[in-house]
Amino acid sequence: MPAPEKLLHVSVWRGTAAGGFRSYQVPRQDAQTVLDVVTWIQRRIDASLAYRFACRVGMCGSCAMTVNGIPRWTCRTHVARVATGERLQIAPLANLPIVRDLVVDMTEFFDKWARAKGGFVPTATRRGDFARVRPDSTSRRAVDAAIECIGCAVCYAACDVIAWNPAYLGPAALNRAWTLTRDVRDGARRERLAAVAGDAGCHACHTHTLCSERCPTRLSPTLSIAGLKRTTALATLRGEL
Amino acid sequence: MSARAETLAWLAQRASAAILALCVTVHLATLIVAVHEGLSAAAILGRTHGSVTWAAFYVLFVVAVSVHAPLGLRTIAAEWLSWKGRTADGACVALGIVLLVLGIRAVTAVTL
Repeated sequence: MPAPEKLLHVSVWRGTAAGGFRSYQVPRQDAQTVLDVVTWIQRRIDASLAYRFACRVGMCGSCAMTVNGIPRWTCRTHVARVATGERLQIAPLANLPIVRDLVVDMTEFFDKWARAKGGFVPTATRRGDFARVRPDSTSRRAVDAAIECIGCAVCYAACDVIAWNPAYLGPAALNRAWTLTRDVRDGARRERLAAVAGDAGCHACHTHTLCSERCPTRLSPTLSIAGLKRTTALATLRGEL
Repeated sequence: MSARAETLAWLAQRASAAILALCVTVHLATLIVAVHEGLSAAAILGRTHGSVTWAAFYVLFVVAVSVHAPLGLRTIAAEWLSWKGRTADGACVALGIVLLVLGIRAVTAVTL
């Protein structure tokens, strides 16, 4: 006689902000990720469940959700690591408007990257030679330490300051601004520092470090924001800001 | 406020915090020593009256408080009460002036 199937008890947010949790039972499997669980529900129980994913290997940053109260990338989060007593609660990311079910509207998140002047502004033309940047230079190492952001918004959802101050640019946008500030090829340093200073920018950060704690790619936006605080302060004292 | 003014306010709060860390430590250590030695209020005043060192120390302490507290309360008002802009800034400046006046008054009372 086969062993009885182990079940995972899953509560999933359904509807918009005025919605609520609905319970599902999903067969428990070895090496099962939270994204596998959501996909199983959508394909086997309720095809109307809305959620996002693309690469399933932790590169695209589209599958982030709140799992048992903590924002996580679901494709690389094993159920065994986060389930408490074979129970999972899956909700959309915090601090972003819910479109439906597990899908949030990322517009504001990416608009803030633009407001933080997160676009590279080249100083060279196509006729010039390649810029030679030493990989072991201080500025390049600072960029390398912060550049691998996948734009998943886990840090944004984890940030307390955004909940209190919705205008706050947030860890990801400020982290992006920091990488450009340290990029020797970039030509918009002064405008960017002006954009990230102030009570909606780096100075609003309380250094709770939740962004760094939750970042799935192990970046430290806290460190980047501290760098921006230092750089804007020095620029102000020099009269550049 | 402009980005420059916000950055200056942030710098002022960090600098005043550093001064306060030192001043609070010296102040508490002095209190503990005074209590352990059983000094009376009159004996303490006898040592502080006319002392330029204690006057300078407590003036620095009061100035740091007058800068630090209003800036911190301004942030709390913005984040917890959504109170920001000119009225909040004005209230914080007023609070800073009140703290400064009351503090300097207390310092002159024990050192002059």
